[in-house]
Amino acid sequence: MATSFLSRVLFWPRWFFRQLTSMRTALFLLLLLAFAAIPGSVYPQRSADPNGVRLFFDNQPELAKVLDSIQIFDVYTSVWFSSIYILLFVSLIGCVVPRTKIHYHALRAKPVKTPAKLDRMPIYRQFEAFEPYLDAAQAVLKKSRIRFTRSGNSISAEKGYLKETGNLVFHYSLIGVLIAVGVGGGLSFSGQRVLVEGETFVNNLASYDSFSPGPFFNEENLQPFDLKLEDFEVVYDLTNLNNRGQPIDFIATVTALGKTSEIKVNSPLAAPGANIYLTGNGFAPVITVRDGEGNIAYSGPVVFLPQDSNMTSLGVIKVPDANPEQLGFISFFYPTAEELESGAYTSIYPDPFVPLLTMNLYSGDLGLDNGVPKNVFALDTSNLKEVASRNAENPPLQLEPGDVVDLPDNLGSVSFDGLLRFASLDVAYNPGGIWVLGFALLALGSLALSLMIPRRRIWFRFADGKIEAAALARNDDPGLEDFLQRLVLEINKEIEKK
Amino acid sequence: MNQVVLNEPLSQISLLFVSGAMAFIAIALVVFSFQLAKLSSDQSVDSSKLSNLEKLGFWALGLGTLVLTVGVVMRGIAAGRVPWANMYEFSISAALLILMVYLTALKIKDIRYIATFISGFVLVILFAAVSIFYVEVKTLMPALDSYWLVIHVVVAILASSFFAIAAGFHIAYLVKNSGFGKKVMNLFPDLDQLERLAYRFNIVGFVLWSFTLIAGAIWAERAWHRYWGWDTKEVWTFIIWVLYAGYLHAMATRGWRGSKAAWLGVIAFSAVIFNFTIVNLFFKGLHVYSGL
Repeated sequence: MATSFLSRVLFWPRWFFRQLTSMRTALFLLLLLAFAAIPGSVYPQRSADPNGVRLFFDNQPELAKVLDSIQIFDVYTSVWFSSIYILLFVSLIGCVVPRTKIHYHALRAKPVKTPAKLDRMPIYRQFEAFEPYLDAAQAVLKKSRIRFTRSGNSISAEKGYLKETGNLVFHYSLIGVLIAVGVGGGLSFSGQRVLVEGETFVNNLASYDSFSPGPFFNEENLQPFDLKLEDFEVVYDLTNLNNRGQPIDFIATVTALGKTSEIKVNSPLAAPGANIYLTGNGFAPVITVRDGEGNIAYSGPVVFLPQDSNMTSLGVIKVPDANPEQLGFISFFYPTAEELESGAYTSIYPDPFVPLLTMNLYSGDLGLDNGVPKNVFALDTSNLKEVASRNAENPPLQLEPGDVVDLPDNLGSVSFDGLLRFASLDVAYNPGGIWVLGFALLALGSLALSLMIPRRRIWFRFADGKIEAAALARNDDPGLEDFLQRLVLEINKEIEKK
Repeated sequence: MNQVVLNEPLSQISLLFVSGAMAFIAIALVVFSFQLAKLSSDQSVDSSKLSNLEKLGFWALGLGTLVLTVGVVMRGIAAGRVPWANMYEFSISAALLILMVYLTALKIKDIRYIATFISGFVLVILFAAVSIFYVEVKTLMPALDSYWLVIHVVVAILASSFFAIAAGFHIAYLVKNSGFGKKVMNLFPDLDQLERLAYRFNIVGFVLWSFTLIAGAIWAERAWHRYWGWDTKEVWTFIIWVLYAGYLHAMATRGWRGSKAAWLGVIAFSAVIFNFTIVNLFFKGLHVYSGL
């Protein structure tokens, strides 16, 4: 009774597993997976577009909260998306493993016995011949490397085992891809760093502006190296009239590992344990601020973020060390400035031909001392006094390179000492990539095999001075008739030889 | 990259050739439709032989293909690079490849009966290209300046061409199966044959699409420091791959062959069109190259 009890207990799990591994379920899960992937292209994703997510939260905070609770901003790592593909892979394994066993036995077994009624096969021929015909057929099959078995007056042959092999290898490769993606992602890291021309970056965690490690990342894996941005050049199209101002090339010249090399878009630099990619660029005007007491309160390049294709750029300068009052600037940089009728400026070309800085000046407590981390690219002006701007008593400050301008209210002075460019660099490492590629290529090759190779059975039988020849294909196979025809022709040739 | 000298006059001539090709293909479409109408009104005619009307249609289609080839090549010369770096160029190259794949397949297999669908579809693509997607020749943005542009995109176009022709068979299957337009649909091969032909084109498309996906991932690793990042275009490439994988499974599942599989094929091809039009134009992502 113990076995029947056990089988009763296992009935539902077995039933569930059988359902899960059926082709119908695989089909259903595939369609579900395609459907579940859609929201990730409609809503911004934290992984691909964190800024978009932030904007969404700012614009529709209520809706964002609801959507976030069902992981709409992290679709591809969400519980529901993950459960679909995990179920799909369980179903895949449950389907492929038994098929592997069957195929393994089929590979070692002889082709099936010749059926009694060959004339029921989709392709069937009958013609007069002598008994040695079967010997010739055997020779041709052997030469064509087609597996066959002869029993008495008939030959049974089968070819195209590679079709099923390809199909199985394809599905196993997909498991390989999934594992390589998972393990590789776990060991990976990527870090971002903005470097102004002349600055040096040392590869350790503290040097990154932002850093996202995989769950198994170990800080000791960061290989020590320095990288100095010597020069950053942007080549614009000056030749073609209608194309003027289109960037043609971005070239970051860097010194690293005792060598000078170039990093470009599409051509990263291979560093020890990581690749270094060029992902962005912009201007970094060199600015010096003297406070009301005449002391240098700030001096150095300031990274300005590009706002449009003509490189109108926005920068924020915070000067907490200024006395008697802290100073803050919100500044626009126009590489080729042109004044609009309204008196505002715009940039009409991305290269610095007529560079101009305009600055709004604020004074008061910048709020940097209370320990809350602040975005360096934004200035909270709510508690500050607007000293100079289009809305204030004093007009915005305007500086061309080399200019020194006194600040209103004896707050000090500011100078535009020079113009540098910056490059945003990504340092990324993913040891899984090469494995993903390997498995993906294996999947591609085996997929082609499994879809293109036909599986065919062929039979010959000799009886009463006649040969019966028949062929059967597992799938739809338009070449089946030709195939049998060619075999018969070759067998005839073989007979003539003798 | 070396400074490219764009040849705008030549790109204007190229546009003339593309428009000329549209005229030829439009003639072909009219002739093929006329032929269908004629055959359906007179069932006694032997449709296995090439009628004079059909000859005229295929001459027009062949000439259209030839003229379009000149137009596409000129566009490439004018831009000093491969002619598929924005939506306009992608469209004219896709139209050309669909015609080439179809005319080549015609040599192997008698698939005359979807000539109306093919010429109509290609005409729609070219019309959209010229009227909606048209942009002047531009230099490549640095992110696109890679030999992967040649490999990744050309295989994507080729895969789409195979999917497009398969979609033609799917639609024919569904119309015939519904019993609509019986007289015309009687001229088409039986349902089994239509299903088999669709399958044949879809599997080639699927292998090519898989390659597109892999090549895209390799390029993304070079350009964007990760081989996969669920960018909107990557998402849709994945969705299309999964839909066609679903179609292949449907073809191997009892009860799913036939019109269900055909519908799946049509849905998958709609995703290809959606990916090229709506995703390109309205979704935010890294694949920003419509040039519009």
